[in-house]
Amino acid sequence: MDFLSYLINGLSLGSVYAIIALGYTMVYGIAKMLNFAHGDVIMVGAYVVFFAISSFHMPLAVGLLLSIAVCTVLGITIERLAYKPLRQASSLSVLITAIGVSYFLQNAAQLFWSSSTKVFPSVLSNGALQLGGLSISYLTLVTIGTCILVMACLMLFINHTSTGRAMRACSEDKGAATLMGINVNLIISITFAIGSGLAAIASVLLCAAYPSVYPTLGAMPGIKAFTAAVFGGIGSIPGAFLGGLLLGIIEIFAKAYISTQLSDAIVFAVLIIVLLIRPTGLLGRRIREKV
Amino acid sequence: MLEIKDLRISYGMIEAIKGISFVVNDGEIITLIGANGAGKTTTMHAISGLLKPVSGSILLNGTELTRIPPHRIVSLGLAQVPEGRRVFAEQTVEENLVLGAYARKDKEHLNEDLDSVFSLFPRLMERRKQPSGTLSGGEQQMLAMGRALMAKPSILLLDEPSMGLSPLLVSEIFHIIEEINKKGTTVLLVEQNAKRALAIADRAYVLETGRITLSGTGEELAQDERVKSAYLGG
Ligand SMILES: Nc1ncnc2c1ncn2[C@@H]1O[C@H](COP(=O)(O)OP(=O)(O)OP(=O)(O)O)[C@@H](O)[C@H]1O
Ligand SMILES: [Mg+2]
Repeated sequence: MDFLSYLINGLSLGSVYAIIALGYTMVYGIAKMLNFAHGDVIMVGAYVVFFAISSFHMPLAVGLLLSIAVCTVLGITIERLAYKPLRQASSLSVLITAIGVSYFLQNAAQLFWSSSTKVFPSVLSNGALQLGGLSISYLTLVTIGTCILVMACLMLFINHTSTGRAMRACSEDKGAATLMGINVNLIISITFAIGSGLAAIASVLLCAAYPSVYPTLGAMPGIKAFTAAVFGGIGSIPGAFLGGLLLGIIEIFAKAYISTQLSDAIVFAVLIIVLLIRPTGLLGRRIREKV
Repeated sequence: MLEIKDLRISYGMIEAIKGISFVVNDGEIITLIGANGAGKTTTMHAISGLLKPVSGSILLNGTELTRIPPHRIVSLGLAQVPEGRRVFAEQTVEENLVLGAYARKDKEHLNEDLDSVFSLFPRLMERRKQPSGTLSGGEQQMLAMGRALMAKPSILLLDEPSMGLSPLLVSEIFHIIEEINKKGTTVLLVEQNAKRALAIADRAYVLETGRITLSGTGEELAQDERVKSAYLGG
């Protein structure tokens, strides 16, 4: 029974990682950059929901929608102001800029909202579903359900809409995509918008599980989700999903059976081993020779 | 009509196109021939907006292409089959073709247009659900051409469509280019296979290290001693 409940907790944590990892992987797939500020967008999303429901007494759904809106605009703005001017620059410059944006957001949060931790109100009922001897909290069900829903919508969007096709085209060859009449800048903006919107959703799930809001809240989930994206194969959407879920499960199992302190080290060790065996990650595309 | 005037293009400090002018009239097949590195692809990329020229003008039916965003150019009726095909390898043949029509407003005739591409290239029909990366080089070239045709261009730019193909397939491709032209599409063709290109061209230009050094009808250039020795193997 313990095993099953750890597995379910792992899936729940992994679902949050997966939703964040989808943002990393989509941006990487299309803009070919690692958006290290992605975790901090989660933080901003968390503050927006926090203020919406604590200070303005809005219902959770409204707070979530507001947070999605704010994060989407934030994501597009970051891309336009910080990354777009560097489209032709080396990937190192872009990486350093992304780290800079990350610190900027953390410091701005400290400035506006102070560094003290705010307690996120409990937004979901604490009830649980009893299944035999197993007790699964509603939050866990909602988290896993949200992740599956997000993934399904994203796959439908990417594979069966004109914009989705255009995104895949941009991820392969921006020049050829331009020849098709695709506005590459617009597609990149849409990608950042989707990734950041997902970050807002993740922020709510994260804060419902770990109810404290502080300026560096996004850093650790961000780095874990980034790991998950690399683990699954960066650039691959099913890879981010799989990588996120596996990472969550490994983390919870490591905590339960090995050591709470070492769980993060174990997670990263697994990543390193997987990358040694499969440098492109679990579902990453093999690098194709150019004909 | 496509008019190129005093076009200059640089890569950093290196000037690749040193002021060229030429005209492609409606209904013509024009070919641009030249050795490796002469600047043919550079010229094609500038026309499609992938490169910004340093100076000069590119007019398509009076519209200055250098001043509009590159992704708008295809909807003005100019499509390009790029050098090296550049099909979207991870997407299916059909998805590539549908992408070709991305910029079009009149999507209701999409299926008919797919059918007409398939009738031009029956081999694509059999492979419509296959990822394009698994196609042979010749099939990819057909797909790249079909994809460009899906935009219903009034002028089609082709950059070395015969590169790397077997002689039989080269003949087929050149035959299809003539067919496309007969149906009313203007063609600007860049080729290293000067013999075949001159044979189907109404007029031709010779590009040498960024400058146009010769021009004339396809026949004239095919008879020209300089062209013969430099591009037609003596
Ligand atoms: N991205 C680039 N950066 C710097 N120089 C370039 C670049 N692309 C092309 N060049 C240079 O510009 C010149 C013209 O190149 P271009 O590709 O237009 O030639 P081409 O006529 O198409 O040759 P080929 O027949 O080999 O395709 C060459 O000297 C080439 O080295
Ligand atoms: Mg070339």
